[in-house]
Amino acid sequence: MSKPILSAKDVVVKFSLRGQILTAIRQASLDLYEGQTMAIVGESGSGKSVFTKTFLGMLDANGWVDSGTIMFEGQDLAKLKTEKEWLKVRGKKIAMIFQDPMTALNPLRTVGMQIREVLEMHQGLRGEDAKNRTIEILGQVGIDNPSMRYGQYPHEFSGGMRQRVVIAIAVACNPRILICDEPTTALDVTIQAQILELIRKLQKELNLTIVYITHDLGVVANVAEHVAVMYAGDIIEYGTAEEIFYDARHPYTWALLSSLPQLGIKGQPLYSISGTPPNLFTEIKGDAFAPRNPRALKIDFVHRPPYFRVSPTHIARTWLLDPRAPKVEPPEAIKAMKAKYARYAT
Amino acid sequence: MITEEREVLVDVQNLRVEFKVRGRRPFVAVRDVSFQIYKGETFGLVGETGSGKTTIGRAIVRINETAAGVIKFRGQKINGVISKEVDRMVTQKIQMIFQDPMASLNERAKVDYIVSEGLYNTKKYKDEDDRRAKVEKALLEVGLLPEFASRFPHEFSGGQRQRIGVARALIMEPEFIIADEPISSLDVSIRAQVLNLLSALQKDKGLTYMFISHDLSVVRFIADRVAVIHKGQIVELAETEELFKNPLHPYTRALLSAIPTPDPRIEREKRVLVYDPSCHDYSKDKPKWVEIKPGHFVMGNNVELSQYETMID
Repeated sequence: MSKPILSAKDVVVKFSLRGQILTAIRQASLDLYEGQTMAIVGESGSGKSVFTKTFLGMLDANGWVDSGTIMFEGQDLAKLKTEKEWLKVRGKKIAMIFQDPMTALNPLRTVGMQIREVLEMHQGLRGEDAKNRTIEILGQVGIDNPSMRYGQYPHEFSGGMRQRVVIAIAVACNPRILICDEPTTALDVTIQAQILELIRKLQKELNLTIVYITHDLGVVANVAEHVAVMYAGDIIEYGTAEEIFYDARHPYTWALLSSLPQLGIKGQPLYSISGTPPNLFTEIKGDAFAPRNPRALKIDFVHRPPYFRVSPTHIARTWLLDPRAPKVEPPEAIKAMKAKYARYAT
Repeated sequence: MITEEREVLVDVQNLRVEFKVRGRRPFVAVRDVSFQIYKGETFGLVGETGSGKTTIGRAIVRINETAAGVIKFRGQKINGVISKEVDRMVTQKIQMIFQDPMASLNERAKVDYIVSEGLYNTKKYKDEDDRRAKVEKALLEVGLLPEFASRFPHEFSGGQRQRIGVARALIMEPEFIIADEPISSLDVSIRAQVLNLLSALQKDKGLTYMFISHDLSVVRFIADRVAVIHKGQIVELAETEELFKNPLHPYTRALLSAIPTPDPRIEREKRVLVYDPSCHDYSKDKPKWVEIKPGHFVMGNNVELSQYETMID
């Protein structure tokens, strides 16, 4: 593959909360390639949103990038300080859409004005030009009768239509990277399918690089070419969608997949992960998932595992891949997925 | 399974729920809905936002008034005007678990009070010791420690909070629990815990559930029978596997086609059907609710029904 469009390396993000320091991201690294569709999955609190927010300088005021680099178009985004510097990147080169389209839109301004504002600010369009371009974009995101909709307020739109407007705002400036933070969680399944289809269409038309942030593995399977699994502020496994779904190696990825009702057998208890995610206020020793992992090795509690390479596109941070590790069988549901995949292949 | 011989616990016939809108015609949230829930089963109610699925649940527990129709519990009418004794029986025997465990627990009350609020209301305890013992038992049953009783809801994680919600329902020794999207706001890894808890309690206590959800994959896993609701009307009802094998109504088919599957191969070849309500021509030939095959009900007019007949295998 070509050179990465964005390259985050050993990023550490900390927050100061009531006098205590919380480490939200612990040396996470990620490369994004042009035109790629990547999904970051993880539970709430795993840091998936926080990590991508560092690409846009959108951390809350009490948070900061403590170390690491985020290279984008020859500059290190981690070094940007002022709002003025960020405005050249945020919205213009890297845009983001959020989960809840109602809170992302301003209820007091018409939809047209909210899209137009972006064009005026970043592209310097004025008057009729700005209006025409806005209407064109509304049509592009699949809103019927865009010139009439231009003058309407968000409350006159349904949930799915509102999310289309949010997407319109995000792509108005032809960004290179679009980050979608749980774009369909608040929507019904049938609407969800339409929104995912729209994002896919726009990706082709505008040659976007897309990062999905989601906990819904069904959505991930639908859209992603590559998947990064996050746990406790770290990317613990990364690979193509096939590698993650059919040949996962990290016990956390196993646990996440096996706890899905779709892979469960009716009448039998679902696999469930015991315990709770680690406390990020204290330093995590060894593998962060070890205390919840019934298959944990002794070393998991002492040393943090490095990345082991499974294939040219697949890495995982688990001691199980060390040549000296004992052979540990994945759970039944994972083996079943793998067997199913083998049947496809033949 | 021969459905006719099973004991009917909840019987809903021609239920209609309206919401009054000032100066306008009332909004009909639920129209002409009929279904029966058998003792010991999990009945899934699936629909999109605004379809009226929650309203049906709320009508059964008497939060929403009914405009027409009959709701029976153990053969006894429980909607409209009923006697005090029946009302008390309903409050005790039918319990509800809500979606958002943060919003549904009183954040200024301790767990002890939250769990025993139902007891206080129905005076279903002998003395303080008895009440405390009951709280302790309910907490243990949902996998929490008795000492949690003296804590506040904000001290718990989402999954634990949902367990408190379950404990509060259990303490009343209900027969029928309406679970309204009980796992939707929980994290993936916690969902499995709560689903397992609900199944285990059902086995232990012979509970009957109505499981309201928009997530068909969860419903498929937990429900014995599923009803699909669209715009306040149930369009199809069947045993879970039958519904997934032979979806007849175009809305059901659209809904099933849209379920995300955690399998990239399947997802990439997936074709999502779009439901267009104008595909029904009900101008002359009116739709009716028909049992097209034992246990499999569907809404359709004569033309559609004969078409559906050919689709069943």
